[in-house]
Amino acid sequence: MRRFATERAKKLIFGSLLSRSAPSSPLCSSSSSSAAAAAAAAAMSSTTITSSPVSVESINPKVLKCEYAVRGEIVSHAQRLQEELQTKPGSHPFDEILYCNIGNPQSLGQQPITFFREVLALCDHPSLLDKDETHGLFSADAIARAWQILDVIPGRATGAYSHSQGIKGLRDAIAAGIAARDGFPANPEDIYLTDGASPAVHMMMQLLLRSENDGILCPIPQYPLYSASIALHGGSLVPYYLDEAAGWGLETSELKKQLEEARSKGINVRALVVINPGNPTGQVLGEENQREIVEFCKNEGLVLLADEVYQENIYVEDKKFNSFKKVARSMGYGEEDLHLVSFQSVSKGYYGECGKRGGYMEVTGFRADVREQIYKVASVNLCSNISGQILASLVMNPPKVGDESYESYVAERDGILSSLARRAKALEDAFNNLEGVTCNKAEGAMYLFPRICLPQKAIEAARAVNKAPDAFYALRLLEATGIVVVPGSGFGQVPGTWHFRCTILPQEDKIPAIISRLKAFHEAFLDEFRD
Amino acid sequence: MSPKPLDYESLNENVKKVAYAVRGELYLRASELQKEGKKIIFTNVGNPHALGQKPLTFPRQVVALCQAPFLLDDPNVGLIFPADAIARAKHYLSMTSGGLGAYSDSRGLPGIRKEVADFIGRRDGYPSDPELIFLTDGASKGVMQILNTIIRNGNDGILVPVPQYPLYSAAISLYGGSLVPYFLEEEANWGIDFNSIRQSVAAARSKGITVRAMVIINPGNPTGQCLSEANIRELLKFCFHENLVLLADEVYQQNVYQDERPFISARKILFDMGPPISKEVQLISFHTVSKGYWGECGQRGGYFEMTNLPPKTVDEIYKVASISLSPNVPGQIFLGLMVNPLKPGDISYLKFATESKAILESLRKRAHIMTDGFNSCRNVVCNFTEGAMYSFPQIRLPLKAIEAAKKAGKAPDVFYCLKLLEATGISTVPGSGFGQKEGVFHLRTTILPAEEEMPAIMASFKKFNDAFMEQYEDYRGYSRM
Repeated sequence: MRRFATERAKKLIFGSLLSRSAPSSPLCSSSSSSAAAAAAAAAMSSTTITSSPVSVESINPKVLKCEYAVRGEIVSHAQRLQEELQTKPGSHPFDEILYCNIGNPQSLGQQPITFFREVLALCDHPSLLDKDETHGLFSADAIARAWQILDVIPGRATGAYSHSQGIKGLRDAIAAGIAARDGFPANPEDIYLTDGASPAVHMMMQLLLRSENDGILCPIPQYPLYSASIALHGGSLVPYYLDEAAGWGLETSELKKQLEEARSKGINVRALVVINPGNPTGQVLGEENQREIVEFCKNEGLVLLADEVYQENIYVEDKKFNSFKKVARSMGYGEEDLHLVSFQSVSKGYYGECGKRGGYMEVTGFRADVREQIYKVASVNLCSNISGQILASLVMNPPKVGDESYESYVAERDGILSSLARRAKALEDAFNNLEGVTCNKAEGAMYLFPRICLPQKAIEAARAVNKAPDAFYALRLLEATGIVVVPGSGFGQVPGTWHFRCTILPQEDKIPAIISRLKAFHEAFLDEFRD
Repeated sequence: MSPKPLDYESLNENVKKVAYAVRGELYLRASELQKEGKKIIFTNVGNPHALGQKPLTFPRQVVALCQAPFLLDDPNVGLIFPADAIARAKHYLSMTSGGLGAYSDSRGLPGIRKEVADFIGRRDGYPSDPELIFLTDGASKGVMQILNTIIRNGNDGILVPVPQYPLYSAAISLYGGSLVPYFLEEEANWGIDFNSIRQSVAAARSKGITVRAMVIINPGNPTGQCLSEANIRELLKFCFHENLVLLADEVYQQNVYQDERPFISARKILFDMGPPISKEVQLISFHTVSKGYWGECGQRGGYFEMTNLPPKTVDEIYKVASISLSPNVPGQIFLGLMVNPLKPGDISYLKFATESKAILESLRKRAHIMTDGFNSCRNVVCNFTEGAMYSFPQIRLPLKAIEAAKKAGKAPDVFYCLKLLEATGISTVPGSGFGQKEGVFHLRTTILPAEEEMPAIMASFKKFNDAFMEQYEDYRGYSRM
């Protein structure tokens, strides 16, 4: 123990001497290097380690390794600028920060679906249902649905921990909703309600990853929950590249190539992540493509992790959402043939209820002993938040024709979806009109992922300040316009190409101003760095 | 035939090692029996609303209004919501441009973290920094995040009290660390014995384990004891000398049923002790809306507060929090309401105070009823539930019972609890789920069944227990364990 402490202390001193002029790395802090050196010196001569137990030198290295650019450096910088705008108005060439970095619709003015909120309010405060005045304030079908939901909650106690998979009656409703969507039955026992889809993804990564020798195939570009989660759970990310020239298409030949390469390096590839509709890329898979993917997973013995949280965000007439479960079942594949985990969330779609943290995973094709383990891990956290569970059941069972709220529900839903489609198109066209920028169509989801050809001088300028070129561009964009986007390096991209992800979520009336400011910035940037 | 990737054999070993008895074998058996039509009294988990405790009215009114802000525009809203609930809903809605439907800051809404900091400042007499307070979907998620940050590998040890709330053992297994137990002294009211702690630490270190952190649960779960100021001082000194971060699980701070040892936070004592301890000892404190007199388990609202952690570590913890984007906003509002409650003079204050008082007084009564009830049973000895929500009686099982258990392939306390369940419908958690000294058996039950039902429940237990003891005792009386 003493010898170990001495070795570590030596490394600390040596490392801190080297790092004094280099940019700070997670393990060495140039500002505290002298303190670290002093502490290390003390440690060498005493029997106890004097450096604090929870410092970056001593925390879980997997925590250090993982990254999540969506709320990373550029966002922190934006927040600082926002504070400056408040304390020193006029200090910047813009008067508001426009957060286009995160799929958070309601923070940018999107309104929640009235019917859903009526039901949730009644479930939050069931005493309302005993009051006559309630009928004047709430629609009759919201009242009826609230009663229905409370009847499946033991004791009508929405404040009690539920079953660790989620309230049974709500899972029944969700299973019915899945069956109605797909035309194939769903089993409530396969459903695990979680605080958003993200914890469910973490659970599966935890289950699947034993060591760095276990790999998960992930699309590049990908939503960085996957890379972060794989790093956090100590596994390896095996990338497969989506084809930008073919509308971000997914080729099984590419899957096979990456799989074989990983295996040849001794990696056990355990699962394939497919995000459909895609994030950040926005493509909607065609059914034939999906069949190939199902076949591939079945033949190679991979778990198919189907991130389907954008299933209600489709903006093109010629594509529709098909769940992987539906595709697999329509190929005649059942529980024996394919391990499939499908993720859904209340955060996206037309409901955009990010702050509620509602979602679920549907787990099919797993044997009982494995399901017990999934249940066990879920039980340690007891259960997900009840309000989110209720919302998930509403999302999968919205008002139907004939219900009192149906027409207003449809108007709200279609208003949001058609607006999203218009904004997707407007921004796509705007990006394509910029010099050196190409942008694939956003067929679905909530993002655009334009590719920018950066002049060599810009790339060198970026390197000179130790930034990735796309991060450099994004930072300059922020400082000139107040628009916050996420550099493509946060999602992965073919080396040597540069992108950024921009949401389509700012309110429609702000879009023209965003486009003109973007254009002005981009032209000025190119002029500055023209070869 | 293609290999199956998700066979039991190929699962993450750490997942397989996890045990969480609170929703384990007994609970699953109880659920089966319930499906078959048997009346079950679930006392396996601290879940007050499931046993009839009513939610406090005011917070539900506020959150319902936040949930459906269009109500605030309705001229008739004042007919069914009091003015202070309306005002408070507007207060919370003003903190977030997207209402309940937007991801908040990954640490939680700044406005609510400020309310939490103000609460801590009032409670302890020392200022608290909202930037060092992170809201989470329940305290458990916070505990898991922190343990995941600390544990690097199997050589990292975490000191955990035995008996403990098995979230700690489960999380340590999941993250591949080592649990270093320190036994609470049942005969000394579940007190702490520092010699025994030092021995545990020395034993761990001799096996090459680096002891990194120490968990205290105050008031205790399942044991209920409330630490004295002197206890906490000694613990802080210990952490200082042994270079440990103190993880103070204080989720039951509102649940105190005796007056000799009121709740004092570890943070307050840390600062009372002055430098070097107040500046050097790293402390993380946890709290929740699930317990206390609120009992809002289903909302998943909680927080942790960090003291004396280096800024870079805080940044890393923030980074991991950001991957999950944000804690649920309604849960955050419940937390805000809990730490920033109504004051005398507020319209709804009287009702709120009456509801709260009634719950706490009843819990105190039930703590006594249950303790006394257990102590009146043959071969059962029970320390008083000074705090929290549980009773943890020691069941002195006769040798024949232990043998019968072995024959049935069950741990002795599991055997007893299953028999108890089948005979009476009372669903408890065997002591082995929490840890206990070798050969000493307990069960954990909650003090949460309704007060009117308590006498019948204790009578039912006594009837079962005394019959069980009669059945399994030999003529010499109970075995001396």
